[in-house]
Amino acid sequence: MTDLSNSTPLAPPRSQWLSVWDQLKKHKGALMGGSFLLFITLAVLLGPFVWSLDPQKIDYRSRDFRPIYHLLFDADAKAVWGHPLGTDQLGRDGLANILAGGRTSMAVGWSAMLLTLFIGTLVGVIAGYFKRLDGPLMRLTDLFLSLPILPLLLVAVTLFRQPLRANFGPEGGMFILIVAIIGITSWMPTARIVRGDVLALKEREFILAARSIGTQPGAMIWRHLLPNVISPIMVSATLGLAAAIITESALSFLGVGFPSDFPTWGKMLADAVQRMEEFPERVMLPGIAISMTVLSVNYLGDGLRDALDPRIRGR
Amino acid sequence: MKLKTLLLGAIAGTALAPAAFAERGSDGHVNIIYWQAPSILNPYLSSGTKDIESASLVVEPLGRYDQDGALVAYLAEEIPTVENGGVAADLKSITWKLKSGLTWSDGTPVTSADVKFTADYCMNPEGGCAQLAKFEGVDSVEIIDDLTVTVTFGEAKPNPYGPFMGGQSPIIQMAQFENCTGAKAPECTDANFGPIGTGPFVVTEFRPNDVITMEANQNYRDAAKPAFATLTFKGGGDATASGRAVLETGEFDYAWNLQLAPDVLAKMAEGGKGTTVAAFGTLVERIEMNMTNTSPDLPEGERGTAMHPHPFLSDVRVRKALSMAIDRELLVEIGYGQAGRPTCNLVPAPLAYASDNTDCLIQDIEGAKALLDEAGYTVGSDGVREKDGVRLSMLYQTSTNAVRQDFQALIKQWWDEIGVETELRNINASVFFGGDPGSPDTFQRFYADVEMYANNFDGTDPESYLAQHTCDKAPKPESQWQGENMNRYCDPAYDALVAELGRTGSLAKRGEIAKKLNDMLTKESYVVVPLVDRGRVSAHANSLGGVVLNTWDSELWNVADWYRIK
Amino acid sequence: MLTFTIRRLILAVPTLLFISLVIFLLLELAPGDPMAQVPLTVPPEVKEKMREALGLGQPMHIRFWKWLVQFFWIEPQVLIDHMFGTAYSVGDLRVISWQTRSPVMDTVVQRIPQTLWVVGTAYIVGILIALPIGIYSAYRQYSVFDQCGTFITMIGFSIPPFFTGPLLIVIFSVQLGWFPFIYDTTHVVNDWDSFVYQLRQMILPVMVLSLQTTAQISRYMRASMLDNLNQDYVRTARAKGLSESVVVMVHVLRNSMIPVVTVIALGMPAIFGGAIITEQIFSVNGIGAQLITALFANDLPTVQTLTFIFAMLIVFFNLIADILYGLLDPRIRYD
Repeated sequence: MTDLSNSTPLAPPRSQWLSVWDQLKKHKGALMGGSFLLFITLAVLLGPFVWSLDPQKIDYRSRDFRPIYHLLFDADAKAVWGHPLGTDQLGRDGLANILAGGRTSMAVGWSAMLLTLFIGTLVGVIAGYFKRLDGPLMRLTDLFLSLPILPLLLVAVTLFRQPLRANFGPEGGMFILIVAIIGITSWMPTARIVRGDVLALKEREFILAARSIGTQPGAMIWRHLLPNVISPIMVSATLGLAAAIITESALSFLGVGFPSDFPTWGKMLADAVQRMEEFPERVMLPGIAISMTVLSVNYLGDGLRDALDPRIRGR
Repeated sequence: MKLKTLLLGAIAGTALAPAAFAERGSDGHVNIIYWQAPSILNPYLSSGTKDIESASLVVEPLGRYDQDGALVAYLAEEIPTVENGGVAADLKSITWKLKSGLTWSDGTPVTSADVKFTADYCMNPEGGCAQLAKFEGVDSVEIIDDLTVTVTFGEAKPNPYGPFMGGQSPIIQMAQFENCTGAKAPECTDANFGPIGTGPFVVTEFRPNDVITMEANQNYRDAAKPAFATLTFKGGGDATASGRAVLETGEFDYAWNLQLAPDVLAKMAEGGKGTTVAAFGTLVERIEMNMTNTSPDLPEGERGTAMHPHPFLSDVRVRKALSMAIDRELLVEIGYGQAGRPTCNLVPAPLAYASDNTDCLIQDIEGAKALLDEAGYTVGSDGVREKDGVRLSMLYQTSTNAVRQDFQALIKQWWDEIGVETELRNINASVFFGGDPGSPDTFQRFYADVEMYANNFDGTDPESYLAQHTCDKAPKPESQWQGENMNRYCDPAYDALVAELGRTGSLAKRGEIAKKLNDMLTKESYVVVPLVDRGRVSAHANSLGGVVLNTWDSELWNVADWYRIK
Repeated sequence: MLTFTIRRLILAVPTLLFISLVIFLLLELAPGDPMAQVPLTVPPEVKEKMREALGLGQPMHIRFWKWLVQFFWIEPQVLIDHMFGTAYSVGDLRVISWQTRSPVMDTVVQRIPQTLWVVGTAYIVGILIALPIGIYSAYRQYSVFDQCGTFITMIGFSIPPFFTGPLLIVIFSVQLGWFPFIYDTTHVVNDWDSFVYQLRQMILPVMVLSLQTTAQISRYMRASMLDNLNQDYVRTARAKGLSESVVVMVHVLRNSMIPVVTVIALGMPAIFGGAIITEQIFSVNGIGAQLITALFANDLPTVQTLTFIFAMLIVFFNLIADILYGLLDPRIRYD
């Protein structure tokens, strides 16, 4: 509250989003999170061009190499600069796999998370705001919450794999299928949380005031309701990203994920669990990659939430 | 294995000299863990290995297979053969004689009526008996006297040891199951969960898909056995957890079927609390080649049928080249370790039936390339071979399983090297091995170019196993995609030879025909490409003695002889 | 509120019937075969006979009707018989599992204790840890405590149980040898020692599970508290001279509970649903394990019954959440 003087009334009126951006820039966590996200995104996008080893290439003779840092404390460690992060039990390069796996995991994670948020927020806001739609939409949510996921997956695969594969190729088709499946099976908590908040907000004085000056429902939702439910949505986003990355690997276990030679972080983590005592790096690397990504989204979300709150903004 | 058994026996002899005079139940408690939990203890209502093996602690057949696949009498006085007159000279009937003085665990005597009832129970048309195949060809089961029954077959049966032999067809008590026949079979929950048997143990509590607690059978025929007074049979978890529980923490005494990567298992064994044991049976991991075209462009009803031969896999040279490119030694090293050995045969054992074919064991990438050149497939601009617009591009499917996915990755790479492009797909086992005619992903429907799975045969006779590849067993739309000839292989000469096998009684001659059939499928046509002869690895605590791993029958076949090493 | 509750309860009946129909159709449509786990050595003709014995040959609507009758008419009778020793249900066919050929509900009843012990405890522990963390993190936003809490909970959430489970086993069971990791479901608690054993065998799965719950709930708690801490009414309350603890713990907390109540209510059915991966790792064999084995074995009656029980719990707890909204914020009215 000390910086109240900053927002000098003499300055010309600024766009709301510009000041949000200004505030975000000042948020240390958001800045760090954002730059890490940018780094990891660039790394997985451009990395494979710099580090051109084929992640799927099996070289059985050079299997079970340790990461290069092992040389620091063990001069005899089986490590070479050719495989700075070591190799797995079939001799596939660790670094190439992290990069290639990150590409898939980030793509799946972000798309599925955005889809989840979109459906969840849409259903939640509509159900909360329009009393008449509340009942049907919430019963629909109950229905989706009750559906057993494995049969649902199997049905989706049976019905849609062939047409998607014909139109988008084996990997592209699977990508769409996986994102859609994660999206439509995980929007319900977001919807219920957003609805709960909207139900409470709707009765607040400022909404009443806005309504009394004739604000249309669309504008009401967009300008007054959404900015006020942003914090649970942000939490859903962070948790949703982590959940999507992990769920993707669970799908491969059930045999409905990507082809088995297609690396993803979740799958690398799952494959390495059996050998975590001898080769801890194989669980650590994808584990850290996932956690760091999720953490940085979390900090970015924190920053965004603070920046969007006019009471905190300018503090 | 044999040497090991002998050694163990020797140790037992010295360390457990008093055991001979030991009392029943003097060794306390034993814990067994199976990572698949038993659902029911009536083997006639479920054929899952977990159910049959847990039930084998309680109910017993007339005879079992031992660790070498030889027949051993259990409830029978001896194994009937043509020589001892038990099997009729025309091979149309077999007469079993029960040991005298046998009693059920409730104290009532075991009679030939129970044996006959067992056959009637399974052969009831409404019962949906899971072991019906064991009773195939049985015309009647007649009671001769209190201890003797004769099973009569409709036609000569060179292998008459189907009924009442092995863990799959134990004798159940007539008094208990009398009112549970036919459609009423599933209603008798108490009987199905706690059958009265002649085996070394008696069920005290059964929790389906979780745990069974048992105690020693006070009426067991050997007064000194079993050595354990109580037994816990825990199910559930995964192979890693059960391996750990025996080898690393010692919470359990025996763990079944540790399907783990060899390096993982070796690491666990360093825990020092237990020992792994391995034995081989007839299970062979193989690649099956599809002889028909399964292109999605073909209309349903014609796709994957004999109407359209496969564009390139119908050429034997392509199939052979694909087989030559595979390094089976390496597959074994990565996937199975001590529990596998490379094989070129569909029938790897027993000795009398196993062909000496070994020509696939050496990987030959150059030879494979030359063979494809010879077949007219030349390398295109993208590194994939083609001929007349037909690209060597394949879909390779299997069930979801860590080892199988490693195999897929390796084999894909080798096939890449010879210019064959491969797309991998793995399918949930419950869909892949299910026979749902509505699903495009079953292994019978085989909407792919090659597929990989493992199969074996019951007992020691491969006749019905080899008969799976006759023309009429091909899955097709008219038969709701049911059938066992996944490749749609069809060779009249093969069919004729199978028919001849069915008529042949002499063991030597049978072996000869079986070997020929095996070779026709493998080294002559490469329709089936065997990869690994898969054994079984289980583990037992160092303090548990008497374990003899048996892949021909239930693993727990000799549990009565288990004891605690002190 | 009462009329609302009654109306919702009445409305729940057609909703649940519809849900059960959708689940049934979904299971029918899904590929799969109860014979999938039968060894390949069993010939197709035998499998066909076994399928017929399971009643698979009957038309779909008949099987659905049968299930409805068994679940809604016969099973309650069995319950009544069991409680009062009557004999209404004698001779009636109950919902029978295809795997075990025994009544599904018997297995469910058998497994509820271990599920509640492990998953229920984990949920309660998770909530008890999460709420204070969430409240204090928000109250002292960006303090060291908040940063650590954020770090630990986010890592906890992004590391899946299929990793934390084996990790804890390796550390606490294999290396240190402190706790058993194969859950003994036959264990009976009847004295202090057996209670201690029960605690020891529960501790690892409870740790794994509560990590996830804690992460989730504390994040929502913190976010919601932050939203409310800057509201005008907080300033008013402070200006009135209310003590800080009353302001935070009564005024702010009450207004922040709506999203948290939603999340907790959404998680409640999952307690009874068990935790599939964790139960598997520790061989707890609760209801989660029952569901997953039934799914893999295509045991449709079991899957149908279990999912429907979950559906009832979901509908019920969401109703509770809706009622709680009204209590927490009396301005919310549904009529």
